[in-house]
Amino acid sequence: MELFINQLINGLNTGSIYALVAIGYTMVYGIIKLINFAHGEIMMFGAYFAFVFAYMIPWNLPFILIIIISMILAAIMGMLIERIAYKKLRKAPRISALITAIGMSLFLQNLALLIFGASYKRMRPLVSTEPVHLFGFNISKLTLITIGLSVFFMMVLTFFIHKTKPGKAMRAVSQDKGAAILMGINIDNIISLTFAIGSALGALGGIFYAMAYSQIYPTLGVMPGLKAFIAAVFGGIGNITGAMVGGYLIGIIETMTKAYISKQWVDAIVFGLLILILLFKPSGLLGKSTKEKV
Amino acid sequence: MLKVTNLHVHYGAIHAIKGVNFNVSEGEIVTLIGSNGAGKTTILKTISQLLEQTEGKVLFLGENMKQYAPHEIVHLGVSHVPEGRHVFPDLSVLENLEMGAYHRKDIKNIKKDFEEVFKNFPRLEERKNQQAGTLSGGEQQMLAMGRALMGHPKILLLDEPSMGLAPILVDQIFKIIDKINKTGTTILLVEQNANRALHVSDKGYVLETGKIIAQGSAKELLNNKKVKEAYLSA
Ligand SMILES: Nc1ncnc2c1ncn2[C@@H]1O[C@H](COP(=O)(O)OP(=O)(O)OP(=O)(O)O)[C@@H](O)[C@H]1O
Ligand SMILES: [Mg+2]
Repeated sequence: MELFINQLINGLNTGSIYALVAIGYTMVYGIIKLINFAHGEIMMFGAYFAFVFAYMIPWNLPFILIIIISMILAAIMGMLIERIAYKKLRKAPRISALITAIGMSLFLQNLALLIFGASYKRMRPLVSTEPVHLFGFNISKLTLITIGLSVFFMMVLTFFIHKTKPGKAMRAVSQDKGAAILMGINIDNIISLTFAIGSALGALGGIFYAMAYSQIYPTLGVMPGLKAFIAAVFGGIGNITGAMVGGYLIGIIETMTKAYISKQWVDAIVFGLLILILLFKPSGLLGKSTKEKV
Repeated sequence: MLKVTNLHVHYGAIHAIKGVNFNVSEGEIVTLIGSNGAGKTTILKTISQLLEQTEGKVLFLGENMKQYAPHEIVHLGVSHVPEGRHVFPDLSVLENLEMGAYHRKDIKNIKKDFEEVFKNFPRLEERKNQQAGTLSGGEQQMLAMGRALMGHPKILLLDEPSMGLAPILVDQIFKIIDKINKTGTTILLVEQNANRALHVSDKGYVLETGKIIAQGSAKELLNNKKVKEAYLSA
């Protein structure tokens, strides 16, 4: 039982990271129908930004400030990527944009290689990993902060999407661009905002991921990016709540597989799951099967 | 108020609008009549800058519309209710209406317009928390019109508001069009239902394959022999 609870907490920890990253995939897909393959690299850069501000610049910034600065930088990066690489392709066939996204992903990996070098860098966690007693369990402080901050940001996002004017405009644009334009909504700004939010949350996921494994390297975003993408598809791509649910489910399935089946099976099971979803419920857990109303 | 001169619009090689002239004066209801493919939707989309003209001019209150981006049109006081309604299906009725007032900052007046819209469309108030995609076709048409009115337009562009509606709903929609007009909104109406449309209109234009082939006061058109044969036979 104790093992199970501990694994569940680990699952929530990993799941928080996947959920944060999955949100970016799903929001961008929802608004411009693009699978942004460069999103994993945003996650990676987010981690490097934190690394730079924590260990390369001797300002002794508090943890929360490092996180916020990294998220803002990642948001700017995401907006720039959209403006430079994707914007012109909005009316192009989807496959062109998809290939561009793959190209962007490779470009960013190589950019990181150029700037930071190929060697793995040690990313000491920015918060203590000493255990905290909670309900009779020992949980590391880092895990608590990862889960807590992730949930906090997801709640803020949910509030933003449903209760604020730009949030509602964002949903309107994802549902009907033509009508949104007639309402006076500036589509370009809303798309930028979407990239900014998705990238900021992705960066946060990247920082937590690098801290959880205590290391950082240019291809850091590839595997978790892929898993988060599966989480987004699992929850129903385009659906933000779905991405959160999918992220936590994949995280929990992964840790449980590690604990009770075998480490070697983890990826096979997660990717197998993707195939099963695509076969039996391509619209995902919370996604709607697209029916057009005339 | 709205003056369209020598308008030409192309879709690639297709010459859809071939030199159209018409104008709408303040306070009027003006109808463009035409059958499928005549170019009615194309004209409305060109006015709201969703399409680009290849020649000619659209002037609204003396300003050339070409200088504006499509999302700026509503600021000028032009609200366009597109063909097929295009409500936001996963937003609630209330949220759809809020989007109609997206560009406005005059919060006090927005409240008044909410009340006004609910007075015109009590159905919408009853269903204000329902997702728009689950409304019936007629209710969606009311919502699309209500949403446009939330922009407090000077002129309302309506693209086939009666399309696909039961006769009793068509009655209701035309009554509301008349009422909206009486409270001071100018209306440019596009319809295939020529009979009904002309009965609420001040004047009309008949469009055939991108050209205006007849025009006049609503009364004149209702009695025009050619119009009668082609559009009023039903
Ligand atoms: N996107 C497009 N690409 C190419 N041709 C188009 C396009 N949209 C419209 N057309 C053509 O332009 C002409 C005018 O179309 P439009 O939609 O304006 O007609 P309409 O009068 O609104 O018809 P309806 O009553 O069926 O709505 C038609 O011949 C149509 O085939
Ligand atoms: Mg039409």
